[in-house]
Amino acid sequence: MTQITNAFRLPAIMRTTAARLSALYFILFAMCAMLLVFYMTSLSARMLTVQTQETINEEVQGLDQAYRRGGLPILVRTIEQRSRQPGANLYLIADPHGRILTGNVESLEPGILEIEGWTERPFSYQRYGEAARVRRNAVEELPADQLPMSETRHNAIALVSRLPNQMIVLVGRDLGEPERFRAVVRQALMFALGMMALGGLLIWYFVGRRALRRIDSVSEASRRIMGGDLSGRLPITGAGDEFDRLSENLNTMLTKIAGLNDGLKQVSDNIAHDLKTPLTRLRNRAEAALASHPKTAGYREALESTIVESDRLIKTFNAILMISRLEAGNSTEALVSVDLSATIRDVVELYEPVAEECNVILEAVASEASLIDGNRELIGQALSNVVDNAIKYSMGTSDKPAVRVSIEKADGEIRLNVSDNGHGIPDPGDRERATERFVRLEQSRSQPGSGLGLSLAKAVMKFHGGRLDLVPGNPGLTVVMAFPEAKGA
Amino acid sequence: MKILVIEDDREAAEYLEKAFAEAGHTAHVAGDGETGFVLADSGEYDIMVVDRMLPRRDGLSLIAALRSRGNATPVLILSALGEVDDRVTGLRAGGDDYLTKPYAFSELLARVEVLSRRASSREAETVYRAGDLELDRLSHTVRRAGQDITLQPREFRLLEYLMRHAGQVVTRTMLLENVWDYHFDPQTNVIDVHVSRLRGKIEKNFDSPILHTVRGAGYMLKAG
Repeated sequence: MTQITNAFRLPAIMRTTAARLSALYFILFAMCAMLLVFYMTSLSARMLTVQTQETINEEVQGLDQAYRRGGLPILVRTIEQRSRQPGANLYLIADPHGRILTGNVESLEPGILEIEGWTERPFSYQRYGEAARVRRNAVEELPADQLPMSETRHNAIALVSRLPNQMIVLVGRDLGEPERFRAVVRQALMFALGMMALGGLLIWYFVGRRALRRIDSVSEASRRIMGGDLSGRLPITGAGDEFDRLSENLNTMLTKIAGLNDGLKQVSDNIAHDLKTPLTRLRNRAEAALASHPKTAGYREALESTIVESDRLIKTFNAILMISRLEAGNSTEALVSVDLSATIRDVVELYEPVAEECNVILEAVASEASLIDGNRELIGQALSNVVDNAIKYSMGTSDKPAVRVSIEKADGEIRLNVSDNGHGIPDPGDRERATERFVRLEQSRSQPGSGLGLSLAKAVMKFHGGRLDLVPGNPGLTVVMAFPEAKGA
Repeated sequence: MKILVIEDDREAAEYLEKAFAEAGHTAHVAGDGETGFVLADSGEYDIMVVDRMLPRRDGLSLIAALRSRGNATPVLILSALGEVDDRVTGLRAGGDDYLTKPYAFSELLARVEVLSRRASSREAETVYRAGDLELDRLSHTVRRAGQDITLQPREFRLLEYLMRHAGQVVTRTMLLENVWDYHFDPQTNVIDVHVSRLRGKIEKNFDSPILHTVRGAGYMLKAG
């Protein structure tokens, strides 16, 4: 098992970001270093060449003076003298046909002596006596022309000039020194690149492997969480680096998901309860009817109550669907201008007979038009749910139960206030829970209703970018539906 | 009445066919959008019930195609979508009414009967009569047996709608839609209370009932 993991280790490292970055930086640095070194060497090579040329010029001037002083014999003597000095320049005198007469050059590339002035490019030559020395040292069997040329031939540049009597004089300088310099630089460059590669590899290995380990632990933890353990959290090392920040954010997300999950579970428990109860009732009635004698009144009654019960189920179901659609907020229909005051009047007019029947005074305080961008249908439904609740819960609680629907503008909001003078919801926690799906506070369990009215109203408010607040009244409860004021209004 | 049901769920379609037959109508079923279009295009149906999501051709494009060919057969759209603005989309495509699944058959039947009679609409009449009850749409007056009855504006509109569809069942949601222009399910019996108030005004002091409750369906205004 471990072997398999190790076998996969290296390619995995290659795939990490750290490794890719190290490789990229290495290539970039190497290119820069090479560019710099090439620039430096070419610059110094040019400087060396200029220096060499200056030296040669001086030599030629010296020889010129010697020639002028004593003619050819002095020149020849001077050259012989100078050629014997160690590490000396190249000197050569040849007859007009290019045959070497004197100097320290034994042979050179053909054609060099024919062109006067500076040699256009470095040429190879052999110093006097060198060929013989090599031949002496070399193994006898090898023919002379197969001797390693590089050991005896050198590169040089030279100035070729003709004396008035057509004799050729060559003064040159060996290029061995600049070439050695270039070799040293090349070696240094190679060494530096090698060190960089090694360093890069080390950083790559350690940083990459560390990153890999961190990510591995994160994916290990997430696998565990995906496996169903929602209480699991990603490890945080405390280094405060980007990995820690990532883990912290993911952990916050996990906490939220766990919360939502709990909520969902609670909702599905509630659904199970609130849908199962009427379904059981339905089934029981059908069963009881089947057991009874056909053609009795009970038969028909059972069927009718079955329809009533299933209608209620359908209503509950529709409300659940609508709430989730609203919460998903994916309506494509553009909102239109809605007059909230008109909506209040409509809803109050719709509920007025019901209120009267319940001995509840229902009044609307809304005269001037208050326009917002919204969906009239949804707002009407939300408001009627709230009014419906208010009537239900204020009914019979006092001598003069009353529900008042008013409108006010404040803080950039248009608020619809539905106040009743019933018992209200004294406990803040209960007020909070009252808008949750299927939550029916204990005191209301006996009342008819799905427990979805306020959650639907809340979803509608959220859909409109507003909010639904439950504010304790004195006495009773005020439900505030706050809409953001229409833009440009 | 000849009804074309375009619905791909076979069980639902068979149920509708049977239920419509029991209500005294002839219903034909098409199982997909293309077949439905061909049948509807014949123009021999009084009304169509069209599911929104159909194989081969969806309900809305089918209706739009029929309308563009000059076919004005009333269409009731059935939808399981239930999006916030579904109704608007459906009616804009050329539908005449809209019902969300699951629905009660009594609701569907009432709507289909009202829709099919719309062709012979009483929109042009200025006075509606049912037995000894009389409603003048221009002067906004209501009389029964020659006696003036005072109604609130909303009560007047309620009675106006009931009288326009006299002899037909109208459901509570139909009343909420047509009298109050809202399309949701009211939580409690708000409509019932409005109707009973109206009933009090038009039946009190008179011998015969005229506004009847149809159990499990809605109301019907019918003289005698």
